[in-house]
Amino acid sequence: MGNKEKVRLIDDNGLRVDGRRLDELRPVKLEVGVLDKADGSAYIEHGRNKILAAVFGPREAHPKHIALADRAVVRCRYHMAPFSTEERKSPAPSRREQELSKVIRESLEPSIMSEYFPRSTIDIFIEVLQADAGTRCAGITSASLALADAGIPLRELVAGCAAGKIEGKVVLDLSDVEDKKGDADLPVAFMPKSNAVSLLQMDGSLNEDEFKQALDMSVNACRTIYEMQRDALRRKYHVEREETEKDEVAEVNA
Amino acid sequence: MSATHQPSPLAKLEQKTINEIILKGKRIDERGPSDYRPLTITLGPVEKANGSAQVYLGKTKVLAGVKIQTGTPFEDTPNEGILSVNAEFVPLAFPTFEAGPPDENSIELARVVDRGIRESKAIDLQKLCIEAGKKVFMVFVDIYILDHDGNLIDAAGMAALGALVNSTMQEFEVKNGEIRYKDSKMALPMQNYPVPITSVKIGNSVVVDACLEEEQVMSCRLTVTTGKNDDVCAMQKGGLGTFTPEEIKQIVSSAIQKSRDLRAQIVSKVN
Amino acid sequence: MTIFAERKQLVGPGDVLAEGPYFAGENTYRDGSKIFSSRVGMAEVVGNKLVVMPFKGAYIPRVDDIVLGRVTDIGMSGWQVDICSPYPAMLPASETPMHRGRDSVRHDLRTIYGVGDLMIAQVIAFDRTRDPLLTTKGRGLGKVTSGLVARITPTKIPRMIGKKGSMITMLKKETGTDIIPGQNGVVLATGRNPDQERIAVEAIYMIEREAHTTGLTDRVKAMILERMKGTKVGE
Repeated sequence: MGNKEKVRLIDDNGLRVDGRRLDELRPVKLEVGVLDKADGSAYIEHGRNKILAAVFGPREAHPKHIALADRAVVRCRYHMAPFSTEERKSPAPSRREQELSKVIRESLEPSIMSEYFPRSTIDIFIEVLQADAGTRCAGITSASLALADAGIPLRELVAGCAAGKIEGKVVLDLSDVEDKKGDADLPVAFMPKSNAVSLLQMDGSLNEDEFKQALDMSVNACRTIYEMQRDALRRKYHVEREETEKDEVAEVNA
Repeated sequence: MSATHQPSPLAKLEQKTINEIILKGKRIDERGPSDYRPLTITLGPVEKANGSAQVYLGKTKVLAGVKIQTGTPFEDTPNEGILSVNAEFVPLAFPTFEAGPPDENSIELARVVDRGIRESKAIDLQKLCIEAGKKVFMVFVDIYILDHDGNLIDAAGMAALGALVNSTMQEFEVKNGEIRYKDSKMALPMQNYPVPITSVKIGNSVVVDACLEEEQVMSCRLTVTTGKNDDVCAMQKGGLGTFTPEEIKQIVSSAIQKSRDLRAQIVSKVN
Repeated sequence: MTIFAERKQLVGPGDVLAEGPYFAGENTYRDGSKIFSSRVGMAEVVGNKLVVMPFKGAYIPRVDDIVLGRVTDIGMSGWQVDICSPYPAMLPASETPMHRGRDSVRHDLRTIYGVGDLMIAQVIAFDRTRDPLLTTKGRGLGKVTSGLVARITPTKIPRMIGKKGSMITMLKKETGTDIIPGQNGVVLATGRNPDQERIAVEAIYMIEREAHTTGLTDRVKAMILERMKGTKVGE
């Protein structure tokens, strides 16, 4: 049933279907340490995306032959729940999920100091409970927090956000309808302290200038999300400042 | 589940050598940083396919074949034909390629080539509609890696493009919802010619068209696929390293330029 | 030359701790002139060294650690022991006091430790290339036959012990149990009756949850006294 009506993505006031400006991020909510049995976990709501990320590890490598002698093997599974999309999605892993598992692993692995744990595995599981475009970026944002929550040594956190083009204009953080009807989609993951882009994909049509604009937009949004991640960690591990010397803290093992 | 790959089979000494040469602005096979290896494109080696192309890029060999069949359109695009791209990393191409379902590398390659063709609207899919909502032509592009010496994505992308521009199908007309084939052949309706250009980061240097050893030493790669009007239609970063935003902009700029040369080479073969 | 982190400041991966000629201690790393935290925890300055005390983490064995482990397999010359670490440990038969230099035969080993048995052991060897080696030759080491086990994150064991043992001494006294903390986060509480053991374990989990708060010792003690009132205290 093709939709013959032309849906306008940007109205006369320059506002998008959900009322956002062209460079506005969807609301993001983050919570760290939401699961009991996982070593680390985090939950994200990014726009209407709802994604749970969990980390197990470092743990013994099973089977043994996959282990690497000088560092941990990082494994990553990105998976969408059957009820997460408009049309029910078969639970069997699709080619898209396999590709995304790979690029997400490659976006997080540069941040992990895996040389501390030779012959072990660090397993990252990302479950998309509700999808509304930008799931791989939101998945990376939450998985990075889950890695920190598990106490795995990281160089820094990784934040993800996409930019794109709709009706000829470069915009930030596409929603599902914008992704489906838009002209380009550019998911990015970024580590601000290292100035390092660890995930970059694009599909659609962008000329060189539009691309540069979109890249800058998404990188800046990643910086904002990075601060939200740090804030989420602070909230989880809120520490009341010790005032007196009488507190019984074990001596530091020098 | 995706897992960290086994480490590079190159000894540390060999890796060091490649790194040092690259630092000097050279490469182990004496190319410049923006030079492609010798490229040979042969169109039509498989006559039974609707279209085919063989690409030799240095020692990398890729064969792509196109088969066009009828089928039902997707619900949300009832007037459009269907494109499907698949890649096989056949075991004879490399000692560690195994028989079996596609692994994440061949899936990634197929999807990157697919996005290049699809997003550039290379095939005019609307011309492949037989009866709206009921019957359309499906274009299957199958990429066969025959010999892996690095830069499979670019070789595969060019082979796929070559196979598509080489593709012909029976001319047809539709009367009363029935398809009637004519005697003559028509070319697959193409309107864009996407070419992927993959750049690879070694240390702090960037080179294009990495050979196998360079790939085994690289920290990461960035593929940029461009169409005929310098519009970038697909990009994919791969590998465990990272790029700065400045490096990415530089790579995109160079790739747009480079793809013009390669596109000309492929398109000229048709005539 | 600046230290940015304050003592006991909550830091996370990538946070700058200091810039200049300082040493990057545990759970920190140096990049250029700056020292960064690599984990979520509390920053500490020890002389010239920046250190982060992490909240959570896997147990990575160190030589001389006392650990509690569970036998998972019996091999030709020893037992494989799960010490809640990414690295499974091995207890060679030659490292048990009962071994008299006989040829190790599988059924002999089973009479010393069977699969599922719990033990207190000491780590005698471990490095990046091989799995940890244990011994049970030593005072207080050997099979565990009674008591209740708590498993907490190993980074909280120092808090459970307390400065100069203050916390663990209080736990033992108030619950009437003997408490053996494994550096691997596994803790054994042995008392004269199961109620005491249960309360001790509850106290241990409470310490894990609230490790970073003030006045914890008093609150745990109050909780224990409350629980002990409602139970039959051993004679």
